Amino acid sequence: MNALEIDGIDVHYGRVQALHGMSLRVGEGEIVAVLGNNGAGKTSTLSAVSGVVRPSAGTIHALGDDITKHNPWDIVERGVVHVPEGRRIFSRLTIHENLQLGGYLVRDQAVVNERIDRVYGLLPRLKERRGQQGGTLSGGEQQMLAVGRALVAGPKLLMLDEPSMGLAPLVVRQIMELIAQINSEGTSVLLVEQNARAALRIAHRAYVVESGATTLEGPAEELAGDSRIVDAYLGA
Amino acid sequence: MSQLIWNGLFVGSFYALVALGYSMVYGIIKLLNFAHGDIYMLGAFAGFAMLTVAGGLATSAGFVALLVVLVLAMLVTGTAGLILERVAYRPLRGAPRLSVLITAVGASFALEYGMRLVAGPNPEVYPVRLSGTTVHVLGARITLEQLALVGIAIALMAGLQYLVMGTSTGRAMRAISMDPKASLFMGINVNRVISRTFFIGSALAGAAGVMAGAYYGKIDFLMGFIIGLKAFTAAVIGGIGNIKGAMLGGLTLGMLESFGTAWLGGEWRDVFAFAFLILFLTVRPTGILGERVTERV
Repeated sequence: MNALEIDGIDVHYGRVQALHGMSLRVGEGEIVAVLGNNGAGKTSTLSAVSGVVRPSAGTIHALGDDITKHNPWDIVERGVVHVPEGRRIFSRLTIHENLQLGGYLVRDQAVVNERIDRVYGLLPRLKERRGQQGGTLSGGEQQMLAVGRALVAGPKLLMLDEPSMGLAPLVVRQIMELIAQINSEGTSVLLVEQNARAALRIAHRAYVVESGATTLEGPAEELAGDSRIVDAYLGA
Repeated sequence: MSQLIWNGLFVGSFYALVALGYSMVYGIIKLLNFAHGDIYMLGAFAGFAMLTVAGGLATSAGFVALLVVLVLAMLVTGTAGLILERVAYRPLRGAPRLSVLITAVGASFALEYGMRLVAGPNPEVYPVRLSGTTVHVLGARITLEQLALVGIAIALMAGLQYLVMGTSTGRAMRAISMDPKASLFMGINVNRVISRTFFIGSALAGAAGVMAGAYYGKIDFLMGFIIGLKAFTAAVIGGIGNIKGAMLGGLTLGMLESFGTAWLGGEWRDVFAFAFLILFLTVRPTGILGERVTERV
């Protein structure tokens, strides 16, 4: 069973078509990177999976179920959790409240508390500042909080949209290590990135997305050495 | 002096109860719900209908009956608020804010003149009249019923404060008010939480309606109009969208009116209240407790 199977989806925003028959797959336990430039359709793909936009064609299966027409909250409840672009933490709620919101659908409060403790164990900086407003954190810490918040939902498939955006190289490395660690504990990961170098370092497989569809696919090491990738995304 | 403070506190607690619903709804969907004052009117009439049906029972049991009626009227207005949101506002989610605002004004007229059709244009006399024992506190004359009504208002506000700050639903409300889209990613059923917000805000207004009916003794179908504007003023004074601000704004407005009328005369009461609305909108539009909106990207 695959963690995620996207099969030929189209997404429209009014008259603009963002996705043209997008297909991709995340195997269980994999980290799959999705690379591409601005406007290629990376974010639209994640939004379709998390139910925030509805595809006009194609199907999406997650963890064995057809979720194409499900509501965002049903999808979160199934363990498909989206860390959105720009982190979108709740800046005037405390760090602790942000984490609690990650577990909004978890009925057993003891489970929520246990998961929050685990996040605090992974990210001690957050624990030190648990009573502070989220907006007082630095960009990198906010990204850590956004990932931590998603973990409280108990994800089986974690989708991250540009977690490295606007962060210093050292912080990017920390975030990628965190993602790799989460993956090693059994969570499948779909990682959307413009920072191809950082993403390919931890990914098992990767896709390249252009104009709303995938154009290349392969194991991460292979793509990292592919001259087309090197020229277009890894630069000099 | 202490009589003026007490009067301000008393009227202010009504304003605060209505202002809370205004402020909560504004906070969560950025809508000025101009029909909110009419929900208060609806509460007064629901209470009136129930007390009339209950008849002699109510007058003999007095305060206890009023409490039961209060709770039932809160359920009625809460449900009405829920329906109002579903029918009038939800279809316009994502529409320009001006369209929704005009719809709110329309909803207000619909409620007012709908009630006129049902209950007629003449004022009704509330079947429970509170004019019981008086106690003297620091020179102020206070009836026990007034004291009880303020007590109920404070209890409702404390309950709301707990709900918003201490429960999962309250956290979801605050999350939606900051970022509705990010709330979806948390798995929050945004529509359901908005419905709950309308229910709670409208129930509080309904409670204020029954209390006002019992206290002033007279109700009519337009009674929600002025109090709606006053509650809006209170919400602005305190900082709209802010729960504590609505309470503080209500009490502040009550005090201002109480002292203002003492100095200038009763006919200046509304002038005084709305002059403060203008003053706050010009000088400090974020209100006493409102925060400057600074977004960090």
